[in-house]
Amino acid sequence: MTPDALALQTETVAAWTALAPAILLGLTGLALLGVDTLWPDDPSNAVLAGVAAAGSILSFAVTGWFLVAGTGQASTGGAIALYGDALVVDGMSLFFTLIFTVVTAMVVVAAYDYLDDHSHRAEFYSLTLFAATGMAVMATANSLATVFISLELASLPSYALVAFLKTDRGSVEAGLKYFLIGAVSSAVLAFGISLVYAVTGSLVLGDVAAAIGTPEMAGVLGLGVLMILGGFAFKTASVPFHFWAPEAYEGAPAPISAFLSSASKAAGFAVAFRVFVQAFPLEAVPAGVDWVIAFQVLAVVTMTLGNFAAATQENVKRMLAYSSIGHAGYALIGLAALTAGGPNGDVLGASMAHLLVYGFMNTGAFLFIALVEHWGVGRTFEDYNGLASTAPIAAVAMTVFMFSLAGLPPFGGFLSKYVLFYSAIEAGFWWLAAVGAVNSALSLFYYSRVVKAMWIETPVADFEIESRPVGLYTAVLFAGVGTLLLLPGFGPVIETAQTVAATLF
Amino acid sequence: MIIEALIAVTFLAALVVFVAPNAAAAKLAAALSVLPVVGSLWMWAAYDASGNALLGGEIAFETDVVWLTAGGLDLHWFVGVDGISLPLVVLTTVLTTLAIVSAWTPISNRESQFYGLVLLMEANLLGVFTALDFFAWFVFWEAVLVPMYFLIGVWGGPNRRYAAIKFFVYTNIASLVMFIGFIALVFGLGDSVTSLRLPEIAQALRAGELGGFAGLDAATLKTVAFVAVFIGFAVKVPVAPLHTWLPDAHVEAPTPVSVLLAGVLLKMGTYALLRFNFTMMPDVATALVVPIAGIAVISVIYGAMLALAQEDLKRIVAYSSVSSMGYVILGLVAYTTYGVGGATFQMIAHGLISGLMFMAVGVIYNTTHTRMVGDMSGIADRMPVTAGIFVAGAFGYMGLPLMAGFAGEFFIFKGSFASTVHSAMPLFTAAAMFGIVIVAGYLLFAMQRTLFGPFSFDDDYDVTTAPFHDVAPLAVLLLLTIVLGVAPDLFFGMIQEAVNPILTGGGL
Repeated sequence: MTPDALALQTETVAAWTALAPAILLGLTGLALLGVDTLWPDDPSNAVLAGVAAAGSILSFAVTGWFLVAGTGQASTGGAIALYGDALVVDGMSLFFTLIFTVVTAMVVVAAYDYLDDHSHRAEFYSLTLFAATGMAVMATANSLATVFISLELASLPSYALVAFLKTDRGSVEAGLKYFLIGAVSSAVLAFGISLVYAVTGSLVLGDVAAAIGTPEMAGVLGLGVLMILGGFAFKTASVPFHFWAPEAYEGAPAPISAFLSSASKAAGFAVAFRVFVQAFPLEAVPAGVDWVIAFQVLAVVTMTLGNFAAATQENVKRMLAYSSIGHAGYALIGLAALTAGGPNGDVLGASMAHLLVYGFMNTGAFLFIALVEHWGVGRTFEDYNGLASTAPIAAVAMTVFMFSLAGLPPFGGFLSKYVLFYSAIEAGFWWLAAVGAVNSALSLFYYSRVVKAMWIETPVADFEIESRPVGLYTAVLFAGVGTLLLLPGFGPVIETAQTVAATLF
Repeated sequence: MIIEALIAVTFLAALVVFVAPNAAAAKLAAALSVLPVVGSLWMWAAYDASGNALLGGEIAFETDVVWLTAGGLDLHWFVGVDGISLPLVVLTTVLTTLAIVSAWTPISNRESQFYGLVLLMEANLLGVFTALDFFAWFVFWEAVLVPMYFLIGVWGGPNRRYAAIKFFVYTNIASLVMFIGFIALVFGLGDSVTSLRLPEIAQALRAGELGGFAGLDAATLKTVAFVAVFIGFAVKVPVAPLHTWLPDAHVEAPTPVSVLLAGVLLKMGTYALLRFNFTMMPDVATALVVPIAGIAVISVIYGAMLALAQEDLKRIVAYSSVSSMGYVILGLVAYTTYGVGGATFQMIAHGLISGLMFMAVGVIYNTTHTRMVGDMSGIADRMPVTAGIFVAGAFGYMGLPLMAGFAGEFFIFKGSFASTVHSAMPLFTAAAMFGIVIVAGYLLFAMQRTLFGPFSFDDDYDVTTAPFHDVAPLAVLLLLTIVLGVAPDLFFGMIQEAVNPILTGGGL
C-alpha cells in the first residue's frame, strides 16, 4: 500500500484512534493484571513476558505505521487535536512513542530472564507498561494539566519499579530517594504551572503562547517558567535535579535502569520540547523570560558534570548512570541552540534523533549489566575482567554500545552526535558544539575502561557462566544490531525527526 | 559494485571467522582472505581510468548515492578508485592474506577472535582507500583503530596494555584535530559545496572559493586548517616528533599485526596527506615547503639514528619506518611528477619491504623467542632460507637496484632534486640521502651480529628450520618486491596519471 492509501484509512475512522499506541500500551497493562487475576497462583513468566512484549511490539508497529502513513503530519492535514486541545497527535509525539515502545519491548523481553526467580512478576510487567502508557501520553500532552497528569502516570509506576527488589537495601533506598525527589519536583512543577496559569489564564499550550506577550506580571511568568523547567530537569535527570539518578539507576533492577535512563528520559524531553517551543515561543516571550539561556547553562553544566562524575566511578552501573546524565546534556542542546526565527527544526530534530539512537545503545548497555547480574558477576570494572573470553558475543555487543556512546565513528552514536553538534554550529552556537565535542572525547576514557576490562585484562577470579538466557541475549543483540544499523540507516531517521520538529515552530 | 562487494565480502569473512571454532579459524581466515585478493587483482586488471579522482578525473568502479541529508550538507556513500588508491587496495588485500598465514605459528590463543579482527580491519582499510566522501571515509578511518587496539591489547607482548592505550589515544586525538580542521574548512566553503564529497571540496578549495569562518579570514583559515589536518595525519604516518607511539605499538604487537601496522596502517597517513593536504591545498603546502621538507629530513635522519641505537630487531625495523616515511613526505612536498608519484610508489614498496622485514624478524623470534641482537649469532647456520630472505629484504630496504625500494627512493630523489617549489629543495634532498647510508649501517651491523658468524645461542630452545607456512609469505613478499623493482610500471603508470593533475593549476 502506498502511504496515501494508508492515510486515507486513518481519515475515515474516529480521531481518537490516533491515540492507539498509548491505548494499546494501557490495555496491555490491564491484560497483564487480568492474567494475574485468572491464574493467581502461578502466572507463567513466559505468558506474562509474551503478552507484555506483544503489546509493546504491536504498539511500536502501529506507531511506525502512523509515522509512515503521515498521521498527524503535514501530508495528511497536520496535527490531530483531541479532547479540547488537551492532547495532540503529531509527528513528534509519534517519533517519541517509537522510542518508548521499542525500549519497552527490549526491557520486557530482557526482564523475562531477569525475573526468573522473583515473585510479583505480573506487577512488574504491568507497572512497566503503565509507565510506558504515561510516557506515550506525555508525548501527546498539549495542555499543562495533561502534562502534569501524564508525568505522574509515568512516574508513579517507576517509583514502585525502582524499589521492586524489596529485600535489597539498595533498591529500597533508591526507590525512596527517587520518590522523595520526584514528589518535590512534582510540587515545583505544579507550582510553576499555577503561576503560568495565573499570568496567562489558560493551560492549553497554544492559548498560553497567545497570552504570553503581555508584559504585565512578567516576573511571575518568569518564575513559573523556571519552575516548570525544574520539573522537566527532574524527569530528564539534568543538573541540578539529577541527584536521584545515580542511586535510582544503581539500585533498581537493571532492566528498569535501562527503562528509566532511556525511555523515561526521552519522555521528559518530549514534553519539555513541546511545552517550551509551543507554550513559550521565543518570538513571543517577554524579554526577561529568555529560557534559552537557562537551557544553555543546564546543557553545559549537565554534560560536563555527568562526564566528569562518570570518569571517577568504579562501578559500571553507576558509571552508566552518570554517563546517562551526560547524554541528557547533549540532548538539551536541542533546546539550548534555539533562536527566534532560526532554522530551529534542524537542531531540535537532531536532538530527537540522538535520543532515538541513545534509546538503543543505552538500553543495550544497561541490559548487558542485567545479563552480568543474572550471571552473578560483580559490578565493578575489575569484576568484568576477562568477560569476553567466556561470553564473546555479548561482549561484542557491549563493546558496540560503549564505543557508540562515546561517539566513535563506526556506530550510530557518532552520526547522531555529529548531526547534533553540526546543527548547533549552523544555528550559531559553535561554543555549545565545542563543549559537547570535548566532553564526548573525554567520555571515551571511561567507556573504554569497560571494553579494556572485558577484552584485555585477565580475570581476577574464576567465574563460571553456565546459562545463556534467551530473553536477555535477544534484547542485547537486538539493541546491538539496532545501534549498528542506525549508522547506514540514519538518513530516514534524521530526515523524519527534522521534518516533524520543524512543524512545531 | 565491485568495491561494495569487496568490502562486504571481507566484513562477512570477519563475521564468519569470529564465530568459527578456534581450531579452524586460522585456515578459514586464510582461505576467505583470498577472495578480496582475487577481487582487488581483478580490479587492477580491469582498471581502465585515468586522472585524479579528486580533480575531475575518471573514477573507476564508482558508486555515488545519497546516504542522508542533514543541515544542508548531503552525506554520500561515494566510493571509487583512481591510480593512487588502487595500488593501495591491492597492497592491503595481499598483505592481509600473507599476514594471516604468518600468524599461524605465533598466535595460539583466541584464534577466531584474532583472525576475525584482522579481517575486520582489512574491510575498514579497504573502505579508507576507496571512500571518496569525507564522512564515509572518516567512519572507516576511525573504524580501523578499534580492531588494532584489540589486536595489540589482547595478543601483544608484556607491556601491551600501555602500548594499546597509547596507540589509541594518540591516533584518536590526532583524528579529532584533523576532523575539526577539516570541518572548519567545510564551513568556510559555505554554500559553494552541497555535500561532503571529497572531489567537490577539493575542486572548490582549488578554485579559491574559501570564505572566512569563526573570525578568521580565508587565508588564515586555510593555513590553520592545513596545519591541523597535517598534524592529524602526521601522527599516523608518523613523522618526528609525533612518532613516539610507533615503537611501543610495534614492539608489543604480535608480528603479523606489526606487518599490517607498518605495511598498511602507516600508509593511511601518507595517503590522507596526499589526498587532503597536498591535493586540496597546494598553495599552502608550497608556502610551507621549508617546515614540511624540514620535518621530512628530520624524520629520515632522526628515525635512522634511533634505529642505529636499538638492540631489539623489531625496534630497528620500527624506527626505520619513521625514516622511510620521511622520504615519502619529501617526495610529496616536491610537487613534481616523480616526487609525488615516487612517494606514492614508495608507499607500496615500503609496505612490501617493511612487511617482509617484520615477518622475517617474527620467523626468527618464533624459534629463538628473542629479538635481542646480542642474544644470538650465526642464525643463518640453522635457518638458511629465512636468513637469506632477511638479507635480501634488508638490501631492498637499503635501496638495492632492481628491488621496489630502489625504484621508490630513486623516483623521490629524482623528483625532489628537480623540484622548483623552493630553491633549497636540492639541499633538503641531499641531506635526506644521507639517511640511506645510516640505513645501510644499522641493517648490515644487525645482520652481521645475528645472522652470521659462528652459531651461538644461550637459551635451550631448539633452533631449527622454520616451517613452510612461515617462510612462504616471506618468499612471496620478496618475489613481489623484485617484480615491482624490475617493472615499476605495473603501478607507476597509473600513479603518474593520477598524480599529474595535482601538479597543474590551482595556485602552483
